[in-house]
Amino acid sequence: MNSNDPDIKWIDEPQLGLAGKMYLPLVVQGLTTTARHLFSPKVTVSFPESRPQIGNPLIYRGVHRLNKDEQGRVKCVACFLCATACPAHCIDIVGIESPWPDREKYPESFTIDELRCIFCGMCEEACPVDAIELTSLCDLTGRSREEMIFDKEKLLSVYDQTVAAEPMKSRAMGGTV
Amino acid sequence: MPTVLVDGKEIELAAGERLNGIQVAERTGIDIPRYCWHPGLSVVASCRMCLVETGTRDPKTGAITMLPKLVPACQTPATDNTVFVTNSEKVERSRAMVEEDLLIDHPIDCPICDKAGECYLQDYHFKYGQDARRADVRPFTSRRREMGDTVTLFVDRCVMCTRCVRFTREITGSSELFVINRGSHEEIDVFPGFPLDNKMSGNVVDLCPVGALGDKDFLYQQRVWFMKQHEGVCTGCSTGCSINVEENLDTVYRLKPRTNPHVNQWWMCDEGRYGFHYVHSDKRLTNVERRRKGDALTLLEWSQVVREIDEQFRALGRVAALLSPHLTVEEAYLLAKYIRQVDPRGLIALGPVPVEGTDETFKNGFTIHAEKCPNRRGVEEVVKYFMRRVPTVDDVLSAIDAGQVAALWVSGGYHSEWITPATAERLAAVGCLVVQDLFASPLLDVATYRLPGAAFAEREGSYVNHADRLQSVEWAIRPPAGVRVEGSVYHELHAIPGLANARKVLTEVAQTIPFFAAALEPVDPLGVDLKAAVPQTATTT
Repeated sequence: MNSNDPDIKWIDEPQLGLAGKMYLPLVVQGLTTTARHLFSPKVTVSFPESRPQIGNPLIYRGVHRLNKDEQGRVKCVACFLCATACPAHCIDIVGIESPWPDREKYPESFTIDELRCIFCGMCEEACPVDAIELTSLCDLTGRSREEMIFDKEKLLSVYDQTVAAEPMKSRAMGGTV
Repeated sequence: MPTVLVDGKEIELAAGERLNGIQVAERTGIDIPRYCWHPGLSVVASCRMCLVETGTRDPKTGAITMLPKLVPACQTPATDNTVFVTNSEKVERSRAMVEEDLLIDHPIDCPICDKAGECYLQDYHFKYGQDARRADVRPFTSRRREMGDTVTLFVDRCVMCTRCVRFTREITGSSELFVINRGSHEEIDVFPGFPLDNKMSGNVVDLCPVGALGDKDFLYQQRVWFMKQHEGVCTGCSTGCSINVEENLDTVYRLKPRTNPHVNQWWMCDEGRYGFHYVHSDKRLTNVERRRKGDALTLLEWSQVVREIDEQFRALGRVAALLSPHLTVEEAYLLAKYIRQVDPRGLIALGPVPVEGTDETFKNGFTIHAEKCPNRRGVEEVVKYFMRRVPTVDDVLSAIDAGQVAALWVSGGYHSEWITPATAERLAAVGCLVVQDLFASPLLDVATYRLPGAAFAEREGSYVNHADRLQSVEWAIRPPAGVRVEGSVYHELHAIPGLANARKVLTEVAQTIPFFAAALEPVDPLGVDLKAAVPQTATTT
């Protein structure tokens, strides 16, 4: 970009007044902030003994889940759009012909490498059938790298665990179903 | 010379050139959208997507008179002083209307449709369609019907362009596909008991502008946007069709014909299209092994084996080679040259040429050759250069029987049975037998050195087809672990520094062997006709 571009607005650094040159008022200002926080209510929690408050669990981006439809089947149609959108390349899908008459394709395997995932939520946005969603589970731990690669069964079990607290997204919330 | 006006630009046509509006517009870089028109098929002008405004220009006054109605560009011949307008508001409104009509009952199942990403309907919708959908129906699923062993039809995705119907009538002449019912009930179908089973059936999938015809072999294997295309040549027979090898992460998912007017036009046969799966067979050889007479099998490393064989060959002195017609020109040349370096009288012969059945020609002239190897002509010419004739396996056998051969290098690359145990036994009579092949064979069992060879998608180099057209290909995938491409092994035999470079070798071949002189220039993606260049160079050398 050219430095004499008309769209660039040049601002001069403001001149320091007498108070600024003496530093003392600014030191007092800083100490006041520190003192205020000393006496205000605490926001840190002793995790994991006490759990953090998550504002709206429906828009939190935590561990993924694979949603099920009314018949308990995996909702995913193996379209690979989440894998395409994923900037971290952490989703691996094997799609095959589905055994059900109302569906063309379904995932034979669906794995997410939770260690590779950057929890950006692009998979959720890309999904045309709202099959993949991010839950509010944020304490994700494991003893090995292999354990952190979630397969289809594990992702479906996350759904069973969280569906009561976090229902599937309605159309009003930007979902398609 | 006839002059045509497209969107105000003047195009001069060669005298006697017969082009339609779409083809003329293409010359100026304007792409007129179309579904039913295909350069290889007859014109039906049924999809109405290519509607444009036309008119004529008075050659004397230059005044332009336009037709009041829109006409299909595919059906309008470009003659002298024809005027085409492809970007007026009227044309654009008409395209948006056609798109809307097609999408009224087209299932919006793009996420699970294999064609998504290379679909005309999808692309044209984004380019010419309307932003919002006015229809209140949102069809999502499509009925499915089997057309034959290779192709399946998603009935509701069809836009009735009838390209597939015309293909089976005009190209293969087998006429399996036809249109049933009338009006909005029209569907593509086959007669009961007469499925689509001609030997070029896979082409209807390429022709289909939407996702209606699905390739069963490729169905749901991979989304098209993940794959990279590599220009290749089909190695299924000596026709040498130009193809694109489509791969992702070193797995070939499908082969598609690449338009080449000199070889295959727009088509390829099913045998070539679906015959690539052996590349990923788990039966492929991956171990470098040595078995000296009476010894157990020893596992070797590539780093040691090439030098070891070189030392043995030089010690034995009387060496010979059997060049497979699956080798590229460059590979054949390097191996033959090496044999001649070791032994100036070394015997170089053409390996067995696999032939199955007879040549099969279709209605439009497309031929599937009985010779099931890509490069018989190329290897033959290399052999002829070194030997002044083309010896075969029989010559090698009689030389071995006469005790003239102490070491033999056999390059294979065949993916069907190619040698009998009896022949293998006779070849094994030499002291040192090197076999480079894809799969186990009777010859491999008796070999001293077993070297795993590369498949077609892993090689780079040039092939010469039955009509002496040389086409160069690039490698599409890396060979499986343990396999080294023939070309790179031969580079090491010659101690050529750096990575294997087929183009450098081809230049040397073109300078040395008059037959290949035309390949001295950079080879066009459509290949180069070696026949045309031979007489001139023959007189100069």
